[in-house]
Order: sequence, then C-alpha cells, then structure tokens
Amino acid sequence: MVETQLLVVGGGPAGLAAASAAASLGIEVLLADEGLKLGGQLVKQTHKFFGSREHHAGVRGIDIPNLLLENQDKVNIMSNTTIIGCYEDGVLTAVTGEDQYFKIKPQRVVFATGASEKFLSFPGNDLPGVYGAGAVQTLMNQYGVVPGKRVLMIGAGNIGIIVSYQLLQAGIHVAAVVEAAPNIGAYLVHASKLARAGVPILTRHTIVEAKGTDSVQSAVIAQLDEKWQVIPGTEKELEVDVVCLAVGLSPVLDLLSQIGCRRKYIPELGGDVPFRDKQLKTSIDWIYVAGDTAGVEEASAAMVEGRLAGAAAAAQLGADSTEAGKIIASCQASLDSLRRGPVGAKIRAGIAKLEGGCCKCLNHQA
Amino acid sequence: MSRISEHPILKFEDKPVINFTFEGRKLEGRQGDTIASALHANGIMVLSHSRRNKRPRGFFCAIGKCSSCLMTVNGKANVRTCVEPLVEGMEILRQPATGGELKW
Repeated sequence: MVETQLLVVGGGPAGLAAASAAASLGIEVLLADEGLKLGGQLVKQTHKFFGSREHHAGVRGIDIPNLLLENQDKVNIMSNTTIIGCYEDGVLTAVTGEDQYFKIKPQRVVFATGASEKFLSFPGNDLPGVYGAGAVQTLMNQYGVVPGKRVLMIGAGNIGIIVSYQLLQAGIHVAAVVEAAPNIGAYLVHASKLARAGVPILTRHTIVEAKGTDSVQSAVIAQLDEKWQVIPGTEKELEVDVVCLAVGLSPVLDLLSQIGCRRKYIPELGGDVPFRDKQLKTSIDWIYVAGDTAGVEEASAAMVEGRLAGAAAAAQLGADSTEAGKIIASCQASLDSLRRGPVGAKIRAGIAKLEGGCCKCLNHQA
Repeated sequence: MSRISEHPILKFEDKPVINFTFEGRKLEGRQGDTIASALHANGIMVLSHSRRNKRPRGFFCAIGKCSSCLMTVNGKANVRTCVEPLVEGMEILRQPATGGELKW
C-alpha cells in the first residue's frame, strides 16, 4: 500500500497545476498519470495560449507542462499508471504498465481525469479514417505521422478550428469544416486564420455519411434547416480520406461514479458533471475535482482550477492557511475573469445551474 | 511512409529505425512510435474487425480507450497498440475481435 497526503489523478494541465500548488504549500504529493509523458492534451497544442501572463498567454501549449513542473522535485510522479478503482474506505487501486497492480491510500484526492470526446452517429462512422480530433493531434504532433491526405472536419468549436489549422501546418489539405450550429463556436482569431488559408467553414451543415470499403474514401455533407434537419437536395460528396470529429467533450467521471459522488446533467458543461463547492470539493469530503472533469472548459481554466483544488486540499491537510487562502482567492478571481464576457456565457450558465441546483446532501455548501 | 517532414513549429528529426513485422511483412517504424502510429505511417489503416459484422476498425482515439486498435503482439492478445511503444523485433498480428475463440 502506497501512502501519501495528496493523490492527484491525471497529469494534464489541471493535475499538474494541482500537484504543483499543493507541493508549494509543503504537502506530499503523488501524481499518477496514465500516459508515458506528462502534460495530457497540452503536449499536442502547437498554438499560443490567450489570456494574461498568469494564464501563460503567448506560450505554446507544448511548452506549458515544463512551466507547471517547476516544483517537480517535491512531487512524486508515477507515469504509465492508471487509477482503476476508488473505494469507500479511501483506498484507490492502480496499475502501472499492463500488469503491475497496487493500492494507494491518500488522505485527499484531486481527480483531474479530463474529458473524452463525444461521438456522432452517421452511416460509416466506424470506418478507419474516422478519428476523434484528439487522435489526429496525437498522430501529427506527437508521432509526426500524417493522418491522411484530405480531411473533412466536423465541428467549428475551438478544437475543430485549431486542429484544422494544425493540419494545414502539417501540410495536409482540409477540404472543409462543417458546423451544425448557425455560428462558428471557436475564437474568431483562429477561425479567421483558417478562412484566410482558404478553408471553407460551412455553418448549418453536417456530415450525412462516410463512404468506403476498408477506409474512408469520401464523405457526404448536407445543409441543415432551422430545425436541424437535412435539407433534401443539398447533399454534396467530398473526396476525403479523413473525417475528423470535433463535436464536443464530456467529463471523465468513471471513478467518481464508482465512489458515488453526486452528479448532475448539465449540457453547458459537457454532460454529467460532479457537484463541487467553490473550492472544488465534491460531495465526498476527501475528493476534489479540477479541469474538464469538473465541467468542460479549456486549458487555461483547467490550470487555474487545478491550482485552486490543490491549494484547497492542502489547506484541509494542514498547510499554512494564510498562504493557501491567498492562492484560493486569487484563483477564484482568475476564474471569474476567464469566464467573463460572451465567450464565457455558456460556462457561467452551466455553473449557475450546478450551484443553484445543489442538492441537500451538500451541507458543506450551506 | 507518410510522415511529416517539414513543420513550422515542431521538429521531427530523423529518428533511429525500429524493425518489426505485421502479419509477417517486414516494416520499419521510428524511435518514439507506438505500434499503431508505426502501422499508420506504413499505410495500414485496418487494425481489427468488429465482432459480429466483421467491419474494419482503425486508429480512433489514440489514448488507449476505444478498443479499436487491440491486436496480438508477440503472442499476447488485446494489446492497446495506440499506447504501447514499438520495440525492435515485435511481431504484430490482427486478431479475432475478442482476442481468442468466441465462446458464448
């Protein structure tokens, strides 16, 4: 049995920030990450981040993990390690590699397990050549392998638009981006870059079918009416060998479900999300959440949430309450500022639903 | 091989070659590859077949979650090839959807 004060599950932006904040407050931290390399999705982000300097604005995502690991020597890191169970007696089970099983008994846990990609139903969606956007980024930016020659991107949110631009950087043709909604969801700075490069972004359009025998050879797209129904006669067949799905993310809650954390379905935050208080503590006293696990946002917010949850857990573990309190307050202010304005409207609505609809069991919120 | 040679931000230097076989064919990967990325770079899109309808399955999630890339590696079934590092001399095979005989 491995014992530690704080276990952080997940080494992406939120988990790294949580581990770093808690370690800086003198807490003994164990960070478990299933990947071979820390950083989560950051290791695939070639674009520069927005916000202010405290949010690493102007720094490319690929360079951020190193900045977050400045306290690394105080954090015990276990890579290639997946947490596979979370039990009521406070014990978690883990596996390193394929077959090295062991138990961990932490005093507090921060779950920063991120999100998984949503899928879309259409004929041919199981063909090789249909990828999640994360997989396309992994292939290109981590392994330097081209996913294909001509790509149809589904979804014009930040991920769809940014990955389309990354495809162009890798010298791959993007035939079109289709978006079922009437508007582009991504930051217009990124969408404009793509439009300037000559990639059509078709709003109110969707994929109808992917065709091919052993892999994708073409895709049919069509226009949607105001009720999101395909307008007959508007179908077009595009010659593509890759269909990339960027249709949203859902929080990864497997372990939180197993242990019985209270959850609520909030579409604005990606689906089922765990209840959490303003310090990111869940309905279970020793469990915190941060990043996409706590509701899907983006990496800047994930890092701030990580710091917040790490400091809050540290405070509970007896760290200097003044120092921890300072971090908590500055993170809460920082989150408010990140969520300000029209871009944050959806997130604000989602969080209001979560906090407003809080169930009676969450007496620590009273 | 379909690898990115020029990129405005990332550098993909020529890394040492790793030799392996796929269904008996001799192929080359690069240091840092997972099994599935090496197969993809060699143009191999079909990694497995679905259980009932035998539809082709390819690289999908790249993070060891979706089961689309399960293959038999050095005789061991159900290896998540998208997260398993490629090692010199590996023997990679497609497998029945469950990794063995169906009994149900």
